Amino acid sequence: MSAHAQTRLPTGLIGRIRGSDSWSVGDRIGLAAAWGAGILLCLIAAAIVLYMLVRGVQYLSLELLFSHPQPGLDQSKSGGFLDPLQGTLALTVIATLIAAPVGVGIAVWLTEYGRPAWLARAVESGVEIVAGTPSIVLAIFGLLVFQEGIFSFLSYEATPGVSFGRSFFIAGMIMSLIALPLVVGASREALHSVPRHVREASYALGKDRISTIRRVLLPASRRGIGTGVALGMGRIVGDTAIVVVLLGATLQNDPQGGIPGLGFLQGTGSTLTTYVYNNSPVGEGGSPEKAYAAAFVLLLIVIGLNFVIDMITRGRGPSWTR
Amino acid sequence: MAARGPQTAQQRDRTDQRAEFLLGALASAVLVLIAFMIAFVFAKAWPSFAHNGLDWFGAGGNVDEQLTGIFNSPADPSDYVYTLHAWPLIYGTALITGAAVLLGTLVSLLSAMFIVEFAPGWIRAILQPVVRLLAAVPSVIYGLIGIIVLVPFFGNHVIGPARKESVQYVIQLDGSSILVGTLVLTVMITPIMIAITVDALRSVPRNWTEGAAALGVNRFRALRTVGLRAARPAIVAAAILATARALGEAIMLSMVTGSVAFAPNPLDGVTFFFEPTRTLAAQIVEGAEGLSVKPFGQTMYAFAALLLISSAFLSFGGWLARRSMRKYTLAPR
Repeated sequence: MSAHAQTRLPTGLIGRIRGSDSWSVGDRIGLAAAWGAGILLCLIAAAIVLYMLVRGVQYLSLELLFSHPQPGLDQSKSGGFLDPLQGTLALTVIATLIAAPVGVGIAVWLTEYGRPAWLARAVESGVEIVAGTPSIVLAIFGLLVFQEGIFSFLSYEATPGVSFGRSFFIAGMIMSLIALPLVVGASREALHSVPRHVREASYALGKDRISTIRRVLLPASRRGIGTGVALGMGRIVGDTAIVVVLLGATLQNDPQGGIPGLGFLQGTGSTLTTYVYNNSPVGEGGSPEKAYAAAFVLLLIVIGLNFVIDMITRGRGPSWTR
Repeated sequence: MAARGPQTAQQRDRTDQRAEFLLGALASAVLVLIAFMIAFVFAKAWPSFAHNGLDWFGAGGNVDEQLTGIFNSPADPSDYVYTLHAWPLIYGTALITGAAVLLGTLVSLLSAMFIVEFAPGWIRAILQPVVRLLAAVPSVIYGLIGIIVLVPFFGNHVIGPARKESVQYVIQLDGSSILVGTLVLTVMITPIMIAITVDALRSVPRNWTEGAAALGVNRFRALRTVGLRAARPAIVAAAILATARALGEAIMLSMVTGSVAFAPNPLDGVTFFFEPTRTLAAQIVEGAEGLSVKPFGQTMYAFAALLLISSAFLSFGGWLARRSMRKYTLAPR
């Protein structure tokens, strides 16, 4: 893609040749529809952002950000969304910490080793299958696995021999699966774009493959990997289904056991997405104002991540063509 | 990677082999995971399929009542109720997914052509972040806007009282409908399709389209007849990926489609578009609280098994389509 960006002329695919000026009615309609589609997209995005901005400014207050949610029908007493905010952050950190190294590892194996070829092909399609699996299916699969008694150290034993199966640990592990394909894809693309002679230069200096990967290829693909991780974080922040099933989507974060940090991770909680879901007209909370405020914060996080991606891709990386 | 460099010490060679083995094991874990997922989910779902046989996929009775019956099964395992005819859910899923993918394909082809060829520079500069933003907005936000803005709008202003009365003994029309679901879902899946189509159109060799233009057709036709045709495998891949994405959308659809296990009837004419339904994925989210009731949980896993197998086939198909394209160097990686 980057190669195309450099060779592409600013005039589009057909470039200098203007083409015929005879436009049939069908072509005119098609052209108008193309303009219409492009402008419609801009309008939809603008409408979403502006609407959320207005509602967000209307309903968001600092108090909401820093108070715990409380049960109760009276909206003035039901608190804010400090716990969901913490939940979103914690879950994103856990899932990213798992997805980033695993994803980069898989990408490195696929591009640099990839032997035997049939296994590499199978893994490649396997990553696609994971990417296409609905997150709700991943979620209830996770519940099935982590309710086995041997995994009770990740949450707690609900009844003897059966784990509760819902905790930050567990939700983070399954959440990492939805970020994984994005990390693998972006890292592979970045590794592919490192030209062969760079590798050969490193081999000629007597480095073996793994140190070439560590010292040359991974630093050179930093930006691609960063993009993939940021994209993955966006997916994690925005996912609701896994949180509903595997984090319990409780009102407050509910630590288990006595150890402060570990107890939090073994406990249940909620994130901004489930907070919005539960406070929307379909949920139990039924407080659209708070749903709007939380959704606005969520949208800000997502837009922030997009900015990060923009900065990463715009920044100057190693240029092999110069 | 035949180039191994000059002979190094045996020890370093072994480090390299160990690294290859470890990374390979990590990558293979993905395959193990998929195998486990299919095995676990199907094993758990089996009773529901086994009790109903092929009727599971058929129509008959009210799904909501059947699910309540399953949920309230007697405690004795031999008395578990499993009777379910899931057709309305399957039909609702297929209807919304199919409509959204068709609409999305049309919109994404037009916008991709617009981005690649016709948009002035400044609009193109806006469109790139716009597409990325639309792809990144969480589904719960789409759902929130859908249920607070679109559903009341359709319920109060578009669907007239006469139309509501015409089906009031069958179903309530309050605006949550397959139409709203399809529209919002289209907005959600279009960005992926645009991204893939734009990449493919840009990698069509310039002299093909330039040649067409030089032969005297206008730019729109050159792009449509040569550019889009060369990018056809990518478009197919995009549609397949979008279908997989749409199949799995649970939260937004459970919010805006009314969440009634009802099979909209095309014979109702225009009213058809305003009828509510429920998709498989949305059903699982809504049934999540009852997963601990054994027969009910097993039924939910049966829905998950159906989704899992269809999305796995779709992803595999998309992967094959894109692989076959690499021969022509039109592949989005």
